[in-house]
Amino acid sequence: MHDDPTSGSSSRRDKLRAWLDQARFFTEEVYSARYRGAIARAQRDEDDLFMLLVFSEMMGLQNPASYYTLELQPLLLERFHEWHQRMGMEHSPLDHFRCC
Amino acid sequence: MSAIVLLVVGLGAMALGYFVYSKFIAEKIYQLDPDFKTPAHEFEDGVDYVPTNRFVLWGHHFTSVAGAAPIVGPAIAVIWGWAPAFLWVVFGTIFFAGIHDFGAIWASVRNKAKSVGALTGDVVGKRARSIFMIVIFLVLLMVNAVFAVVIAGLMMNFSSAVVPVWGAILVALVIGQLIYRRILSLPVVSIIGVVALYALIGIGPSVPIQMPAEVGGMSGNAVWILILFGYAAIASLLPVWVLLQPRDYINGLQLFIGLIILYGALVLLNPTMVAPAFNSDVPAGTPSLIPLLFVTIACGAISGFHGLVSSGTTSKQLNKETDARFVGYFGAVGEGMLALAAILAATAGFATLGDWQAMYSAFGQGGVNAFVEGGAFIIHNGIGLPEATAATLLTVMAALFAGTTMDTGLRLQRYIFQEWGDIYNQQWMKKPAIATFLAVGSCLLLAFGAGGADGSGGLIIWPLFGTTNQLLAGLTLLVITVMLVRMKRPMWYTLAPLCFLLVMTILALLIQLRTFWNQGNMFLLVLDIVVLIAAIMVAMECASALKRSRAEMAMQKD
Repeated sequence: MHDDPTSGSSSRRDKLRAWLDQARFFTEEVYSARYRGAIARAQRDEDDLFMLLVFSEMMGLQNPASYYTLELQPLLLERFHEWHQRMGMEHSPLDHFRCC
Repeated sequence: MSAIVLLVVGLGAMALGYFVYSKFIAEKIYQLDPDFKTPAHEFEDGVDYVPTNRFVLWGHHFTSVAGAAPIVGPAIAVIWGWAPAFLWVVFGTIFFAGIHDFGAIWASVRNKAKSVGALTGDVVGKRARSIFMIVIFLVLLMVNAVFAVVIAGLMMNFSSAVVPVWGAILVALVIGQLIYRRILSLPVVSIIGVVALYALIGIGPSVPIQMPAEVGGMSGNAVWILILFGYAAIASLLPVWVLLQPRDYINGLQLFIGLIILYGALVLLNPTMVAPAFNSDVPAGTPSLIPLLFVTIACGAISGFHGLVSSGTTSKQLNKETDARFVGYFGAVGEGMLALAAILAATAGFATLGDWQAMYSAFGQGGVNAFVEGGAFIIHNGIGLPEATAATLLTVMAALFAGTTMDTGLRLQRYIFQEWGDIYNQQWMKKPAIATFLAVGSCLLLAFGAGGADGSGGLIIWPLFGTTNQLLAGLTLLVITVMLVRMKRPMWYTLAPLCFLLVMTILALLIQLRTFWNQGNMFLLVLDIVVLIAAIMVAMECASALKRSRAEMAMQKD
């Protein structure tokens, strides 16, 4: 890339770049807006399954992977409340996990 | 008469509607508040509730509501001459569709972005909600059946479009992967996608694929219908990013390009209106203009389907309440423009009146074929594109639209079956594959039940689809009216269109009832009776809900 000698053309280039950024923003929004919900829901469903994998041992379900998922628990704690509510349990299913 | 005059008058009237009438409605009737916290902000979750730029939201709303219906309806209705269709589309857009779509967004935004179905339950009553569910199911059923018939007809008549239509699906699959795997940026992919689609349209006429008139004892038309439903079933089961998302995107781009080409060619050619303004010499068996015109053109003048989109997804993404006017009303204007283009193509795109009359030899004839042939004539003479290529372009446009609506409709119908499975505790019905199978089965039953073994007569249900669609619009208008009464605001701006729609719908159903009886078509007769009962119940709900609300208001005054 060469620097333009005149400031006029570099400002024009900035303008062009800004315009291209704008175009990219609009095309991406147009592409994703319509199905954002459906895709986010599909991802949430997968995440929910993952939550079950991580917390299953605590709820009495045998899980060979629990040794490895133990250290994920603190990371997923924030999502635990929303998750158990989505799964149809008003309050935390675990005695020692009082999130609500 | 010159087509440009009609174009200018139509567009000018719709522009006036947007700049003057919708402004009045926004300020005085719906009283939009720029500081109102919309559900997109109140419940923002990154999933359903996302504040979205109003231009993006308009594009998304418009492409969701614009399907093949604003092309098919007007193209059938010009059999009574261009004037009735033109007037209904222009006045319908200004005073009916705009107010309805805009109002549905507003009503939903003011009620935590609930869907019209849920709102009917809350605002009008539980009974009305049950009617609403039945009407929605019937609308979806008819949409899917009718559009399958329309596409099958196009595939049979315009064999040059077979390769581009199915090739477009391949293009969508490829660009879906390019975007999903982040191989190329979206603007580049958009250009590649559009170029690929137009290249396919360009080669279409040299590789025509004609389905034989008879395949293994079935008509070619019936085979296409089966293939289409097979495709739609698979498409509606795939994850959305694989096919639906890229295809909708490419379709949206194609819609704008197609409209620009058609309008551009119209302006350059300035054809004369070949068809009469009022056709005094309608083919035998054509039903009377009033009330059938008002149900033949549903989308493009007013359509209940828009209310589902407005209150289902659009209202959850509205950034500011004042954006509702641009997104809702201007969305309806966009659809009106599409319908206007269809009317002009189907009435001005013929060399002589004789050609036009040959196309419209009976009610239900012409239709989308007239749009394709007329539009191709205009594009060919206007900008010099070969006529076969122009016809392929318009066929692809119509077929892709109908296809998108079909698999969205099938997906929605599948949800309804799954919901029923949930309500009635039938575990098997909740499985996506089985629910899809039930949805496809019910649509096939309608497509073949209405039109006989070859499925070609399926377009008979078009006016019936229109009536059901108008009923849905009536229910949405009822919700808005009741809300306005409770807020002590003028109700006539929504109540007058509502009354008009109900009267026309019920009259049309009665006339069709006699037609089906005379034809001895018991299947459609029963369907008509079901819709008629729903229509009468809607009318009674209207009367009782309004009486109740006014009584409540009077009590409050004392």
